Amino acid sequence: MEGAAGGGALTRAQALSNTAAAIETSAATVHAGRMIRCLIGKSFLGLSAHCVFATIVYQQDAIGFKETKNLEKALGFDACWIHRTRLYSHTFLLSHQCLIERIGMPELHFDPLDLTPLHPVLQRHAPLGRSGLLPALLDAQALYGYISPPVAAEIAQTFNTPLADVHGVIEFYALLYNEPVGRTVLRVCTDPSCALRGGDAVLAAACALAGVEVGETSADGAVTVERSPCLGHCNSGVSVNVSFGRPQRNITFAHVTPDTVEELLDGRGRTTADFWSEDYVGGDLSIVTPLCGRGRRTRLLEYEAVGGMQALRKVLTTMQPAEVIEAMHQADLLGRGGAAFPTWAKWDGASRAPGQPKYFVVNADESEPGTFKDRVLLEGDPCRVLEGAIIGAYAIGASRIYIYIRGEYPLAIERVEAALHELRGAGYLGANILGSGFSIDAEIRSGAGAYICGEETALFESIEGKRGFPRVKPPFPTTHGLFGKPTAINNVETLAQAPYILIHGPDAFQRLGTAESTGPKLLCVSGDVVRPGLYEIGFGATLRHLIENLAGGVVGGKLQAMLIGGAAGAFATPAELDTPITFQGLRDAGLTLGSGAIMVFNDKRDLRDILRRLARFFAHESCGKCYPCQLGTQRQYEILERLAAGRPLPGDVGRLRDVGWTMTDASLCGLGQTAAAAVFSAMKRWPELFESGEAR
Amino acid sequence: MSDVTLIIDERPITVPDKTTILQAAGRLGIDIPTICYHEACTANAICRMCVVEVEKQRLLQPACVAQVREGMVVHTRSERVERSRRTILEMLDSAVDLSDAPEIQAQMADYDAQPGRFPEAERRAPAPIDDNPMYIRDYAKCVLCWRCVQVCAEDAQYTFALSFDGRGFETQIGTFFDLSMPETTCVFCGQCVGVCPTGALKPRREWLLEQGKTPDEIMELTRTERRKARRAKK
Repeated sequence: MEGAAGGGALTRAQALSNTAAAIETSAATVHAGRMIRCLIGKSFLGLSAHCVFATIVYQQDAIGFKETKNLEKALGFDACWIHRTRLYSHTFLLSHQCLIERIGMPELHFDPLDLTPLHPVLQRHAPLGRSGLLPALLDAQALYGYISPPVAAEIAQTFNTPLADVHGVIEFYALLYNEPVGRTVLRVCTDPSCALRGGDAVLAAACALAGVEVGETSADGAVTVERSPCLGHCNSGVSVNVSFGRPQRNITFAHVTPDTVEELLDGRGRTTADFWSEDYVGGDLSIVTPLCGRGRRTRLLEYEAVGGMQALRKVLTTMQPAEVIEAMHQADLLGRGGAAFPTWAKWDGASRAPGQPKYFVVNADESEPGTFKDRVLLEGDPCRVLEGAIIGAYAIGASRIYIYIRGEYPLAIERVEAALHELRGAGYLGANILGSGFSIDAEIRSGAGAYICGEETALFESIEGKRGFPRVKPPFPTTHGLFGKPTAINNVETLAQAPYILIHGPDAFQRLGTAESTGPKLLCVSGDVVRPGLYEIGFGATLRHLIENLAGGVVGGKLQAMLIGGAAGAFATPAELDTPITFQGLRDAGLTLGSGAIMVFNDKRDLRDILRRLARFFAHESCGKCYPCQLGTQRQYEILERLAAGRPLPGDVGRLRDVGWTMTDASLCGLGQTAAAAVFSAMKRWPELFESGEAR
Repeated sequence: MSDVTLIIDERPITVPDKTTILQAAGRLGIDIPTICYHEACTANAICRMCVVEVEKQRLLQPACVAQVREGMVVHTRSERVERSRRTILEMLDSAVDLSDAPEIQAQMADYDAQPGRFPEAERRAPAPIDDNPMYIRDYAKCVLCWRCVQVCAEDAQYTFALSFDGRGFETQIGTFFDLSMPETTCVFCGQCVGVCPTGALKPRREWLLEQGKTPDEIMELTRTERRKARRAKK
């Protein structure tokens, strides 16, 4: 096999200079006469070891945004425009894969037994201690495609971690492999929203293309096809997450059809970064989402131009932490991740808890089927979320911010990284922010394929470099959180609401919603509607308004059912369309808002099949720690599989009830406690579904 | 340390602060069933057999870790508790070979759990692993109580030979890349065998006797193995 630096026809240094030449030529052609020079530098973002920068300096004001896009097109790569202070220069971040594809940079092949290329990676993560384990494993896998025993042993030694523990961590996360897989791995979503848009057909096409069954690798080692849990592109499915190339690049594609699967093999296809397949963002309000859904990231400068970062400035220069918490208390902002816990109470608890240091964690492990709001926020307007996080960190006196983003959201990771870079450059992160004496920095942690890591304590375990097992509570995160220290952890959407509260005041925020459910809410509408997308409404609007007016009504038939709150949510019938969307209103109707996912099913859809998919999701995502969930999610799936196949056994309803109640009553964490919620709501509303074997 | 008074199954009891419900019930002679709990191990509340109903709490509480509080009213055999315990036992029976777990069998009888309640259920039935002269690992009998992993790590031996394969229902106790025990950090202290509640870990000699081998045959077998090992070394 070829070595890291020497192999192939081209060395890295040569390839870099070729890159510079290629960009220079393209830029010179596209923007003839206006370019002064092109600078090429290595990545210092820490995003990946294999990125380069290209800064193209133009004559002042010679080039506008549109023209930059033209250049991107001419070069043929997705570029990341990050420079802000000098409008007449543009800095692009080029991934190694771009270079391979467009400029002829040699692809790197590493012998899985050659540890030389691993050492720089380990050196980078070693200072983190055990906490660096997951980042190191992800990077090692990007180099080799999988983690071989010698690589795992080297990593174990670096982090002074038992071999068995490293093995256990690799085994836990779906995106990590301990044996060779295809050079390209296709992970096709077949959860409800994508299933409605043909997920099974795409999966079948992918299998046919590779000549394999689901979960297998083609004989030539080129392609592995897997079934994926929800990828958070429910509005723009079918979604496929693809890992390809060396070093491995990961992209989540949207709008995939059986005909376009083949394109994905070499990394072509539509993503939400493209202006023609961006997320649809609408609704009655535009408090949190004014800068989202434009197919690109809102730059700090643009965010500042519409009043962004003013809340942080106000907080740091005129408010005490206790006043910030009091303002959040007045606003009565409830957590938007699913549990609806008062945000101020988390901040208050963590700020009062004894012990230092304290941590602030942004929970961006959005994985609830049907939910994509956090992805849209992070891809479209990451600065708003980060502003909220810095405010929260100030309120609790934290010394570091961790942003845990699910591994299947590479675009969000890339864009948050770029936003962090901008914020540091502008002095919103780092030492002595805005001259206030408050210092903090933030870092991104990537998940590696585990829904359970959205559970706050499992997320801490994951950052700490362990299997994502939820902890027994109490103690709660406010006193014993990340690394056992006082921690506040909030959902992305929750944090995106904070700047508005602090600028416009709690009263203005409250007026946007109802007395008990204050403020705006993002709702992820997917399934059989005219316009699937992200809708921002004030609490109190009805489901009918959302489905019929905003989302354009039901397509393909009449409304049969809505699944509200994701896989852990509950089904509603057309009779419940006039239910107001508030925490209380939905609870009174026996529903739950959960994460704000609303999947719509027309009357031609087989709800038994939907239930089967939800059950499969939970069985796949159960961590296996507590018995009710470990065993119950599997048994529930088996029973619902029989039911969907039209051959239920006598007594299956009773079994479902017992399994469901046991999971609900006795599970250790929220996953198991809600794993039967949708099934119970379906049993209540359509008992006939569970009786005969005929499809509905 | 102050004292706390609570009511368990309609009987008041006063115990020191920080006592668990399991310990408090024990003082009253009330038996709360457990599977994963072991006095010498950190309680992880994973089997959920010890769940009890605490008034004013939405969910059942694991008695092995839930601490007593003043005025708490606990029911250890309410209808909800019994349903959960019975179903956990039935699901366990549908997944794992419990033939060597007399304690769990007694619990099944006590809670009227029906063997075979879940027909067509996938079972965890890997072949026994016979990779060292000291003990057998028969994970078809493993209930994933974690005790072996815990005593191998911080709860006793600090050997760290064991971890987990897979997750969810597919979880199994395993070693680094499935190495055989002698190739791992295992020091053959035997603590894992000592704490295993279901016979999944068993002294090899006991296992061979169960296979119908006589002591003489076992001795012969051992000699042959040693000879082979010596030859392999040369």
